[in-house]
Amino acid sequence: MADYKALEDLVVQVRRDILRQVHKVNSGHPGGSLGCAEFFVALFNELMERNDTFEMDGIDEDLFFLSNGHISPVFYSVLARAGYFPVEELNTFRLLNSRLQGHPTTHEGLPGVRIASGSLGQGISVSIGAALTKKLNNDQHIIYTLCGDGELQEGQNWEAIMYAAGNKVDNLIVTVDLNGQQIDGSTDNVLPLGNVKSKFEAFGWDVMDIEKGNDLKAVMSGMKKAKEKTGNGKPVCVLLHTVMGNGVDFMMHTHDWHGKAPNDEQLENALAQNPVTLGDY
Amino acid sequence: MKKYTDTGKKDTRSGFGDGLTELGKKNKNVVALCADLTGSLKMDEFKANHPERFFQVGIAEANMIGMAAGMTIGGKIPFTGTFANFSTGRVYDQIRQSVAYSGKNVKICASHAGLTLGEDGATHQILEDIGLMKMLPEMTVINTCDYNQTKAATIAIADFEGPVYLRFGRPKVANFTPADQNFQIGKAVQLQEGTDVTIVATGHLVWEALQAAETLNEKGITADVINIHTIKPLDDAAILKSVKKTGCVVTAEEHNFLGGLGESVARLLSTQHPAPQEFIATNDTFGESGTPEQLMDKYGLNASAIVAAVNKVIARK
Ligand SMILES: Cc1ncc(C[n+]2csc(CCOP(=O)(O)OP(=O)(O)O)c2C)c(N)n1
Ligand SMILES: [Mg+2]
Repeated sequence: MADYKALEDLVVQVRRDILRQVHKVNSGHPGGSLGCAEFFVALFNELMERNDTFEMDGIDEDLFFLSNGHISPVFYSVLARAGYFPVEELNTFRLLNSRLQGHPTTHEGLPGVRIASGSLGQGISVSIGAALTKKLNNDQHIIYTLCGDGELQEGQNWEAIMYAAGNKVDNLIVTVDLNGQQIDGSTDNVLPLGNVKSKFEAFGWDVMDIEKGNDLKAVMSGMKKAKEKTGNGKPVCVLLHTVMGNGVDFMMHTHDWHGKAPNDEQLENALAQNPVTLGDY
Repeated sequence: MKKYTDTGKKDTRSGFGDGLTELGKKNKNVVALCADLTGSLKMDEFKANHPERFFQVGIAEANMIGMAAGMTIGGKIPFTGTFANFSTGRVYDQIRQSVAYSGKNVKICASHAGLTLGEDGATHQILEDIGLMKMLPEMTVINTCDYNQTKAATIAIADFEGPVYLRFGRPKVANFTPADQNFQIGKAVQLQEGTDVTIVATGHLVWEALQAAETLNEKGITADVINIHTIKPLDDAAILKSVKKTGCVVTAEEHNFLGGLGESVARLLSTQHPAPQEFIATNDTFGESGTPEQLMDKYGLNASAIVAAVNKVIARK
């Protein structure tokens, strides 16, 4: 197990990476990214069994798919700091000729990315496919997926959710970033999701909550519990209660920072709230 | 040469938003649907003025298209709003069956088309939408060039009975067509008169074509510049008339050459009046992240690329 303090430091550094990436190009999505920093850090550094080198096929390792591709800044930061590519490459986020496209893609061959995402609602389906291949290959590893809560409004998710339960895809853990926000406002105002837990349960999933989605310890222990639930004939859903923009006071509890970059002054303020831990890229 | 002045850079999507606002006031049957992109599509004002005629569907484009088709039954005129990618590829079968084949009066309004969407990258930069939509029988396909034209087109399509795909973009670009223009669906707009080459352009490339024509003029080459805002139905007569005079054509669009305006022009010419043609378009590729200018430069979609294509096509006459 990684040293807990080191992981806490990593979370703060990841927040800095997110803020600096989007600030530099004055575009990208800090809100959802910040809210998922603890999740990504826990997943890549504590939960997933990962091979040292990146191979697309990911044989004998756990795989992760990001369905809500717009939160690429957190994904890129955690991938880089997990050693998939040089941290300095975060400097190229959204620039011409970069491997760090606005939304994650396999097209430029960025290690750590196994599917393009950005157009919402497709990740669970892809994850089911990868999970089925694991089974066909007698590979006991797990597929992890993250999707947004607003994203669940896409009908394709529910086709996938129905399939996974009906076909006992039990090597799959889908985490929903339940931040209650999307572009045009709160999910309640845009299109109420209703009781997400009962919905997944009604479709036949094993569902659990992580109430403190921005508490690293809670995320780590919650995700471990989720892992224990796999292999029991049901796909597993984790409802991760997060705060959009977490860790930067003026970005929290609003949809305003879903897809807006901070200006110079705001960046300085935001970084001051998250002092350097591991070192900036 | 006619002189065209940019009256101040504006985004075409604001032309859509302002056109919709105007429509809301004058046509009670106009309703608007949006899939969690109200601000990006500039639909806020319509929403504020007519909350009862505005439908926020959430991130659920397929449902939005189906709902829009249903709302036409009983006489409403639905305008759907989302990015071009999610307005077409994402919902192709819904459009095909519930809108086009069913002959429903839905206006599919698509912003952030093409490379000029910029930093979001290829997942959002659709370069195939004109092709997808023009292939659908009975679909009208419009790609406007500036703010004024987009506003005029938005208003005009409400009075036209039938499914329409209206394509526009994200960045602020030159606004140079008249504010009081009479937008006629299917009618080409001749912007410059020349004898050496025909430049047929659509969308953001129209302004670039005008810049190219000025550069060429300084070198003694005169160009017919034709703004094709309606790709389907194509104004065959205007294009044929021009190419019969000039003997060659350059087509220019922010789209893949496969399936785009250029192919429609090539089909017309090959059957009626074969002539050398060069294509300013993307070359069967996805886009990528970058600023709009960088991308238009990298993928050869600007005035200097048009000038080079003109020189090439004239040499082939
Ligand atoms: C199919 C599709 N429709 C619309 C969009 C535009 N879009 C990008 S992010 C987003 C909101 C996503 O909400 P949520 O999943 O809750 O993510 P969060 O805002 O919490 O990060 C929308 C509508 C998209 N990327 N894909
Ligand atoms: Mg959300």
